[in-house]
Amino acid sequence: MMQEVKASMAGSVWKIAVNEGEKVEEGQDIVILESMKMEIPIPAETSGTIKELKVSEGDFVNEEEVIAVIE
Amino acid sequence: MSLEELQEKIRRIEKGGHEKYHKTNESRGKLFVRKRLELLFDKGINIEDAFFANGIDDTLPADGVVTGIGQINGQDVCVMANDSTVKAGSWGKRTVEKILRIQETAIKLELPMFYLVDSAGARITDQIEMFPGRRGAGRIFHNQIQLSGRVPQVCLLFGPSAAGGAYIPAFCDIVIMVDGNASMYLGSPRMAEKVIGEKVSLEEMGGAKMHTSVSGVGDVLVKSEEEAIFYAQKYVSYFPANFHSTPKIQASQAPKAFDKSISEIVPENQNTAFNMYDLIERIIDENSFCEIKKKFAPELITGLSRINGQSIGIIANQPRIKGGVLFTDTADKAAKFIQLCDAFHIPLLFLTDVPGFMIGTKVERQGIIRHGAKMLYAMSEATVPKVSVIVRKAYGAGLYAMAGPAFEPDCVLAFPNAQIAVMGPETAVHAVYANKIAKLPEDKQADFIKEKQEEYQAEIDIYRLASEMVVDDIIHPD
Repeated sequence: MMQEVKASMAGSVWKIAVNEGEKVEEGQDIVILESMKMEIPIPAETSGTIKELKVSEGDFVNEEEVIAVIE
Repeated sequence: MSLEELQEKIRRIEKGGHEKYHKTNESRGKLFVRKRLELLFDKGINIEDAFFANGIDDTLPADGVVTGIGQINGQDVCVMANDSTVKAGSWGKRTVEKILRIQETAIKLELPMFYLVDSAGARITDQIEMFPGRRGAGRIFHNQIQLSGRVPQVCLLFGPSAAGGAYIPAFCDIVIMVDGNASMYLGSPRMAEKVIGEKVSLEEMGGAKMHTSVSGVGDVLVKSEEEAIFYAQKYVSYFPANFHSTPKIQASQAPKAFDKSISEIVPENQNTAFNMYDLIERIIDENSFCEIKKKFAPELITGLSRINGQSIGIIANQPRIKGGVLFTDTADKAAKFIQLCDAFHIPLLFLTDVPGFMIGTKVERQGIIRHGAKMLYAMSEATVPKVSVIVRKAYGAGLYAMAGPAFEPDCVLAFPNAQIAVMGPETAVHAVYANKIAKLPEDKQADFIKEKQEEYQAEIDIYRLASEMVVDDIIHPD
């Protein structure tokens, strides 16, 4: 099953905390956005493997934009 | 009528609707209405109203609703509970009249009012008798509005709450929804398809998960009816029976045993996320947190709890989610919670770590100013004791919304790393020196920004603000 990880709010990608192919646990931070001068952690909602990372550090993302796909 | 005949009628009415509907309910994890009341009350329902309503019609025992008075932890409360084994819990003339009468008893006796909702809505066949008139269903909502703020109103949603009936939860202080069974909607999916051509499932349009996380009409998502009842009993323990009295003080408890000090929980770097729940647990009586709207606008935590046995309402920014920034839904959630606590003499504790209200086109179009004003209005108007603790930062209108000094909180306390400012150092330096920075050679910019940020930091230092009497005290958490 695929699970999309989405940006909770608009901001820029400050740090990517995982690599493609990496196993992640539910609740583990996938990326950290920067918005309103705050670090905004975006955690995985399910455990699985990172199938795809759709953003690079420095990219701007909109609210609800897909950041990564977990399989 | 002989005693035996009367007893036989009572037995039949007590059983509710046809056996097959009991079976369907059972297969969905739904309890019979009388079982629900047995679990809710200390010793079942003490006084039942109009037990024989519509008794002439064998297919409509009690006309599909049980109303009366029972006790929760020794406190009398009024209740109306739909019986979904009787015509799917739908409302006829006498159903509505029973609901009105128990509400009017709650008004007269000033007792909390519980609504155990599991109903398909109006019986269209009875509409002239139950819909439009003075004692029609509209009056249920009128009564709810009269009761609002006078006595606690609690809704346990066990099944559907359809069309007009969906306003019962809307006028309650709290709506507890059982996942998978509870739903609220004005028009059913079938009607939506017919009238507006939308194809959607009931769960997607009006299910418990949706309402407790997206629409915010529901407050608490639970897995079972037993859990819903347990939550309702706990919830009501923080409240007085009515607005004339104050909440009962319970035995004082120490906070939960901890392994991290507050200094270890709250990072010094203003921009780093931390989990506000850790801080809340460190200051409240153990196991006393009763959260409201956990899944809706989770960037702000609202919940009832106790400190030294005394009920308090906690409003805390959650830096772990969306940086703790205030959005339209956040402000709406806060406003309703503040009004609830204010109505029933529950003091408010604000735990502030807020970068401000969200900015940008999206939120402006949603009316962030209009919703933000609702939060400020409720906070400013509240007459209960208000304590504001600046945990880390309080920037911009975020300071105001979280009971800032200008809004007459009883006191404003600050931790030693607290910062109060129109905006944070990074934003401020760019706002003030944008032109100057642009004119500097690129290799000089970073040093200049750093220098100005340090100057700014010193300017908004909490010791300086205490010296200006902006905060009433600096508290070192260790």
